Amino acid sequence: METIILFAPLVGSIICGFGWKFIGEYAAQWVATGLLFLAAFLSWIVFLGFDGTTQQIEILRWVESGSLSTEWAIRLDRLTAIMLIVVTTVSSLVHLYSFGYMAHDENYREGEVYRPRFFAYLSFFTFAMLMLVTSDNLVQMFFGWEGVGVASYLLIGFYYRKPSANAAAIKAFVVNRVGDFGFALGIFALFFMVDSIRFDDVFQAAPELAERELSFLWTSWNAAELIAFLLFVGAMGKSAQLLLHTWLPDAMEGPTPVSALIHAATMVTAGVFLVCRMSPLMEFAPNATAFITVLGATTAFFAATVGLVQNDIKRVIAYSTCSQLGYMFVAAGVGVYSAAMFHLFTHAFFKAMLFLGAGSVIHGMHHEQDMRNYGALRHKMPYTFWAMMIGTLAITGVGIPLTHIGFAGFLSKDAIIESAWGAQSVSGNYAFWLLVIAACFTSFYSWRLMFLTFYGERRGDKHTHEHAHESPMVMVAPLGVLALGAIFAGMIWFKPFFGDHEDVNKFYGVPVHAEADAAHGESDSHAEAAATEAHGTETASDDATETGHEAAADTHGVAADGWTIGSGAIYTSPDNHVMDAAHDAPKWVKVSPFIAMLIGFLMAFQFYIRRPDLPGKLAENQQLLYQFLLNKWYFDEIYDFVFVRPARWLGGFLWRRGDGAVIDGTINWVAMGLIPFLTRLAGRAQSGYLFHYAFAMVLGIAILITWMSIGGGAH
Amino acid sequence: MTSADISILLPEIFLAVYAMGALLLAVYTGKDALASKIVWATVAAFVVASFWVAQNGEGTNVAFGGMIIDDAFARFAKVTILLSGAAVLAMSESYMSKRGLLRFEYPILVTLASVGMMVMVSAGDLMALYMGLELQSLALYVVASLRRDSARSTEAGLKYFVLGALSSGLLLYGASLTYGYAGTTLFSGIVDAAGHGELSLGLLFGLVFLITGLAFKVSAVPFHMWTPDVYEGSPTAVTAFFATAPKVAAMGLFARVMFDAFGGVIGDWGQIVALLSVLSMFLGGIAAIGQRNIKRLMAYSSIAHMGFALMGLAAGTIGGVQAMLIYMAIYVTMNIGTFAFILSMERDGEPVTDIGSLNMLSRKEPGKAFAMLVLLFSLAGVPPLVGFFGKFYVLTAAVDAGLAWLAVAGVIASVIGAFYYLRIVFYMYFGEDRDGIDGQMAPAAWVCLMGSAAIMVLGVINLFGVDGFALAAAETLVN
Repeated sequence: METIILFAPLVGSIICGFGWKFIGEYAAQWVATGLLFLAAFLSWIVFLGFDGTTQQIEILRWVESGSLSTEWAIRLDRLTAIMLIVVTTVSSLVHLYSFGYMAHDENYREGEVYRPRFFAYLSFFTFAMLMLVTSDNLVQMFFGWEGVGVASYLLIGFYYRKPSANAAAIKAFVVNRVGDFGFALGIFALFFMVDSIRFDDVFQAAPELAERELSFLWTSWNAAELIAFLLFVGAMGKSAQLLLHTWLPDAMEGPTPVSALIHAATMVTAGVFLVCRMSPLMEFAPNATAFITVLGATTAFFAATVGLVQNDIKRVIAYSTCSQLGYMFVAAGVGVYSAAMFHLFTHAFFKAMLFLGAGSVIHGMHHEQDMRNYGALRHKMPYTFWAMMIGTLAITGVGIPLTHIGFAGFLSKDAIIESAWGAQSVSGNYAFWLLVIAACFTSFYSWRLMFLTFYGERRGDKHTHEHAHESPMVMVAPLGVLALGAIFAGMIWFKPFFGDHEDVNKFYGVPVHAEADAAHGESDSHAEAAATEAHGTETASDDATETGHEAAADTHGVAADGWTIGSGAIYTSPDNHVMDAAHDAPKWVKVSPFIAMLIGFLMAFQFYIRRPDLPGKLAENQQLLYQFLLNKWYFDEIYDFVFVRPARWLGGFLWRRGDGAVIDGTINWVAMGLIPFLTRLAGRAQSGYLFHYAFAMVLGIAILITWMSIGGGAH
Repeated sequence: MTSADISILLPEIFLAVYAMGALLLAVYTGKDALASKIVWATVAAFVVASFWVAQNGEGTNVAFGGMIIDDAFARFAKVTILLSGAAVLAMSESYMSKRGLLRFEYPILVTLASVGMMVMVSAGDLMALYMGLELQSLALYVVASLRRDSARSTEAGLKYFVLGALSSGLLLYGASLTYGYAGTTLFSGIVDAAGHGELSLGLLFGLVFLITGLAFKVSAVPFHMWTPDVYEGSPTAVTAFFATAPKVAAMGLFARVMFDAFGGVIGDWGQIVALLSVLSMFLGGIAAIGQRNIKRLMAYSSIAHMGFALMGLAAGTIGGVQAMLIYMAIYVTMNIGTFAFILSMERDGEPVTDIGSLNMLSRKEPGKAFAMLVLLFSLAGVPPLVGFFGKFYVLTAAVDAGLAWLAVAGVIASVIGAFYYLRIVFYMYFGEDRDGIDGQMAPAAWVCLMGSAAIMVLGVINLFGVDGFALAAAETLVN
């Protein structure tokens, strides 16, 4: 079944991409979409029926070279199962949505066939993403990782007649290369240290890695820290974290369904998935995880500030995505991987919905993307309006404080903020405050988007507004399905993701004792560990309990933890009590994000409903700040100055001077100047006169004799 | 004692007696009318003799007090000489008879030259060396001017003769110097006198003059000047012969003298040979670019190829000699195929030699053009054809012997050389469409062309085991 899930999109992609000439455009699109719905259906069966035990399903042997042995296998555990439903569900809905959105496209001329290609790319992307999340080793993961990169490149540049789309595609590709280089270095380092790239071996070796040193660049580092950092660099690129985030807003040049699927719900979360997947390693790298926390929080804050002032509807959502990814990294950084996955899960629903809703608006407004030209659209597009409203309620985190009732984002985002507080560390506190402020900004820009688009007065081109229309059912229906997720996903799955230890452990198939130790505080004692066995029998599988017993009998320490590493989907070290601390957080901490959300909402209401003239005045008064935010903290300009221009200059120099003048010049000179000259010379020497020939022979022998007499070995 | 000596020399004696018998027979009976039959008989005699040599010999045998040495090296060279001679005779028969050039002396002279060559590669003494060399040379002088009514052919023969006499003089001078300082003409005696790493000035002079004489025979720069003129002036069939068997013999003799007589002072002659090698490779490559006449072009090509073969010799190792022998075997095979094609180049019954006449040959004769393409790529040393492996062996040998600079120079020279081979390919496949050649190929020539092209492709599998024989031959020579 897992194999079908994995390969159905690939089959769909091939049939749709290469076979549309034989079966027709529409049939090709339906094949791709149908296969994805099949995959989604099977994924839900797998997810709901999954018992938490890690399974490996080998498909084929892949690379065998020396000690490098790579299988092509599906690693099925809870992380994979979550990602399976996220990817296939969103992808199948996006396929369906694309029927409407891509029906007519002014970027293509009459009679040009582009839809099968679009669907084939989408399906190919889905396959690569599934490859990434089901991988059993790092090389396989890297394959998927690069595969989604390629698909992303192809889809961002789908409107290849637009120079801006091509530039954005290249930018996304190049910036991702930077991150991928880090990722590749991380894989190399792991292989160098562990001599294997299989997850099982790597996880087993994690405690050992924490005690070894690795020379890199100018000095030697703690191996676990360095590897964790390098892998995170890969995650930064893919997940658009600060410093490597610049490609994500530009990626909005792609068609909107692409933005929803790739640049909101799935691909950009691959980095979060990677960090969670490598949790056994991350747990042994406290400095690297602190870095992840700080960077994630900073990204969340930075992207939220930029989102405040953007006018392009897709860019607002793009920065919002960037910001929410920062939240996820904070959760992963402080060691509550389940909360990170929780937010990833809920975010996929509401963010995909927001994008698809935005796409619906853009579609209805004839590809107008500037929010300043919207207004009062809620009557024209009621379904879209309600979908966007639900998405906004979800992303801003509306719910009843101190209970577990609320929209999806309320539960998952609050879980992260509480976890950040629960970390009780410098980086955790830093992250907590920034995330609360970012929550306020999130609320502000989300409501700003809603108010500008659906409320107020009509602005912009009158003609466009008159022809504004609700989107067709194929576009609205996916919104409805996602809306269900955005409302209920949080409430239904709160307990397994962030409920309490037992639920989470059971959900992720984590063997009990180590966590139980943690749950019981500092106690490592034999008696304590043995006492927890009762839970073990109930929750974990027989096998795990058996081993758990033995390990617990080992009293404590690395040996006891050693075997548990990697046997569950995630691993938290016995000293990691962040989740408990988060649950025990004081009330003001738990309420703070709600308050921040309220403040944001009220400000937005004040600015855009009651006093629509205020934003303009504020922008004028605070010109410097406004420009700073509008220009995205000048990151693009700085990069352009520091990297792009020197690189272009160097490229131009090497091209004109190096290649053109030196290499081509030399070769041309040799081939067209020197050699013909020598040829003429040789031709002239061959005069045909016998005495010339004889003279040459005598000359030759004279030179040889002289040379040998003087320089040779004569005595 | 004498019977044992003679039994070692039996293949040579057999061929010599055959030559005399055929001469008498032809003179007293049909004369030129018999020429065609004699050609085929000679081909058969060559093939028989080559199998005889290949099958009969075991180990190293010395005859006539050391004057004649029969070892694996000599056998390898002899088989190559005889088979290439047979192939050239077979493919030139129809060409010669069509042009009225087929005189009965031709195959007999070729046989005598071949006997001379066999003596050369077996020589163990300066006397035997000179005897073989002169027997070969005199026969070749005559065949060069076989077309007596053509000024060019006569000029070629005369030039070859005069310059050959000069080189013989130089060689003899070197031989007498060597004899004077070593006190013996036997190679085994000279190698003792030359000592190890010690070489008296007299012997050094002798060595240099000997090398000069030999370099003339292999047409190494700067003793190559006769080659283009003689190649151009001689009838094409004779040119084909010049380009193959005598080169193998001369190269074999070169190696024989250097290792058997001066094996103790490899460092001394190694640098001379290296110099000759690099000069030949570059001059052969550069000068050929200016040629429109395919026979002259092949002359320069053979100069460049001799440079590569000398590179193996310059290495002075077993690997080097092995590489040289493999290179020569491959070179001869490629040249047989190429000349089989050149023999068929004619328009309205007249032979043409301008490479421009090959324009768009691929359209008229795709099979021939493709075989030629394979041969030319192989001559240029393009992988994966066999010609590449020949170059690969000598380059490896040079690098292993610490002559990296020579190997680098060889690579550069082969790049230059690739130009004129590929230009012919260009003409054949992309040239302008105009009157080209229209000749029919004789069956024997066709077999030679296609067979040699097939060998260039199929040989990449294991070189038909030639590398193993060459290794055995090299091991007996270098010790």
